[in-house]
Amino acid sequence: MRHLLSAADLTGADVAAVLDLAEEMAAVQGRPVKKLPALRGRTVVNLFFEDSTRTRSSFEIAGKWLSADVINISAKGSSVSKGESLRDTVLTVAAMGVDALIIRHSASGAPEQAARWLAAQGSETRVVNAGDGTHEHPTQALLDAYTLRRHFRRFAPAGDDFAGRRIAIVGDVTHSRVARSNVALLTSLGAKVVLVAPPTLMPAGVGSWPVATSDDLDAVLPEVDAVMMLRVQRERMSGGYFPTPREYTIEYGLTRPRLGLLRPGAPICHPGPMNRGLEISADAADAANSLILDQVAAGVAVRMSVLYLLLGGVDEGPPAATRTRTVASVPERAGV
Amino acid sequence: MTGSGEGGSRVVLDEDQIARALARMAHQILEANRGAQGLMLLGIPTRGVVLARRLAAAMAEVEGMDIPTGSLDVTMYRDDLRRQPTRAVGHSTIPMSVDDAVVVLVDDVLYSGRTVRAALDALGDLGRPRAVRLAVLVDRGHRQLPIRADHVGKNLPTAANERVSVAFAETDGVNEVTITRGRGTQEAGSSDRVA
Repeated sequence: MRHLLSAADLTGADVAAVLDLAEEMAAVQGRPVKKLPALRGRTVVNLFFEDSTRTRSSFEIAGKWLSADVINISAKGSSVSKGESLRDTVLTVAAMGVDALIIRHSASGAPEQAARWLAAQGSETRVVNAGDGTHEHPTQALLDAYTLRRHFRRFAPAGDDFAGRRIAIVGDVTHSRVARSNVALLTSLGAKVVLVAPPTLMPAGVGSWPVATSDDLDAVLPEVDAVMMLRVQRERMSGGYFPTPREYTIEYGLTRPRLGLLRPGAPICHPGPMNRGLEISADAADAANSLILDQVAAGVAVRMSVLYLLLGGVDEGPPAATRTRTVASVPERAGV
Repeated sequence: MTGSGEGGSRVVLDEDQIARALARMAHQILEANRGAQGLMLLGIPTRGVVLARRLAAAMAEVEGMDIPTGSLDVTMYRDDLRRQPTRAVGHSTIPMSVDDAVVVLVDDVLYSGRTVRAALDALGDLGRPRAVRLAVLVDRGHRQLPIRADHVGKNLPTAANERVSVAFAETDGVNEVTITRGRGTQEAGSSDRVA
C-alpha cells in the first residue's frame, strides 16, 4: 500500500489484512505501556482543512502509540487562512521531510490530488484520506467494518463475517462520504447494503451503485443484520432537503419505537458526531446493542494498522541497502 | 538467501532426536525453576510457538499441571523494519499477567540474538517479569548481541553461509532440523530470516 485514498481501491484481501492487523493493534489499548516502537523516527502530519474531533485525535493517538512524531495542522491558525493554496501547503509540509500526510478537506478528491502533486516532486510522502468532501472517508469505513466484524464473530465465530449480511445505511446519503466508503468496502466484503434516505437525500446516480435503496425505514429495519445511521450534515445543506427536522426524525430517525423493529441484538452504528434527537434518539445511541463507542475505540486500532502498513517498511522495489528513504528524498524536497 | 547449494543439505536432528532434546529441555526448565510455579512459556512466531506448545505438553506430563503458554510477536520491535518491505505482524497471545512471572521465551534457532533483543523489549512493554529465560532448539552461534540461551536443544557450530531450517509437523508436515550450505550469508530471524 502506498497511499490510502479510497475504500474502492482496496481488495477484499487488503481489507482483511488491515482488519487482522488492527486486532493485534487493539491489544495495545489494554497494556500498561501503550506504545510500539514500529514507527520510531517517522513523522506524521495531520493536515485538517475541516473540523474534526475523533478522526484527528485518533490518527494522532494511533501515530503516537506507534512511536511516530505527530504534528497537527489545521486550516485555522495556519497559512491557509492567509490564502495559501492547497498545493503550496501540501508541498511545503512535505518538504520538511514528513513521512505521511493525513488530509481532510472539504473538496472531494483533494487527497488524491495531493498525492499526484507529491509524486510529481518525486516525494516519498504517503497520503491518507481522512475525509474529502462528499467523496470518501476510507478509515471510517475500515473501522466500521472492523467493529461489525468483531460483533458478528462474537455471535457466530465460524461465520463468514459479511457474506450474505444485510446492512442498512440510513439518512443523509447525498452528503455522506462515510456512506460512499462503506458501500464500497462492505460490498467488497460480501455484504448486501441497503441505503435508506428520503428521495431528496439519495444521491443522483445511485442506480449504478451495487446497493438496494429504499425510502421506508420501517420496512427495512426488521430485515437487516446491522443499521448504520448517518449524521444529517446541515453544514453541507443550503436548505430544502426536508421540511423540518422534526419531520425528518419522524420518518428517518432511529427513535425509541423503531428500536423494537430491529432484530434482537442487531447492532447500531453511527460515525459521529451525533445529532441526538435528530437522526438518532438517546435511547438508540445508548442502547445495549449500540456499537458507537466500540467504533471510536476501533478507530485507533484501525488507524494504527493503516499507518503501520503504509510506513512500516521500505518501499516495494529496490532492496534494503540501495535505498534509505529519508536521505534519498531530502535533497529533492529541499528544492521544492 | 537462495539455497543455491541444494546438494549440501543434511539432516542434523531427526524426529526422535528433536523429541529427546525437547524432553530434556522440559526437565531442565522445571529443574531450574524448581517446579512449574509462576512459569509462563511464550513462543516467538512461527516455530517458536509450536516449540513452546510441545515443551508445555512435556512439562505438563511431568508436573501434572498445565503451564500457561502463549505467543509473543516481536515484529514491531525489530531493528530492521525499514530495511525491507513492510513485514507481516504475527499474533500475540499472553495467557496471564507478565508481572512477576518467570517467562521462558522459546524460539527455534538462536543466531544473531536480534530477535531475542526485540522480544525482551516487547516483554518489557507488557510488564515486569520476575525473570526471563531463553529456550531454543538450536543454537547456531554467530551472536551479534550479548545474549545467550539458558536451555539449548542442540549446539550446532555453523558457518555464516550455512542455512539452518527447522521444520515441525504442525507447520511443515515433517519434524527435522536441516543445515544447507548456501552461497550468501543467512540472515538471522525468528524463522530463519533477518535481523
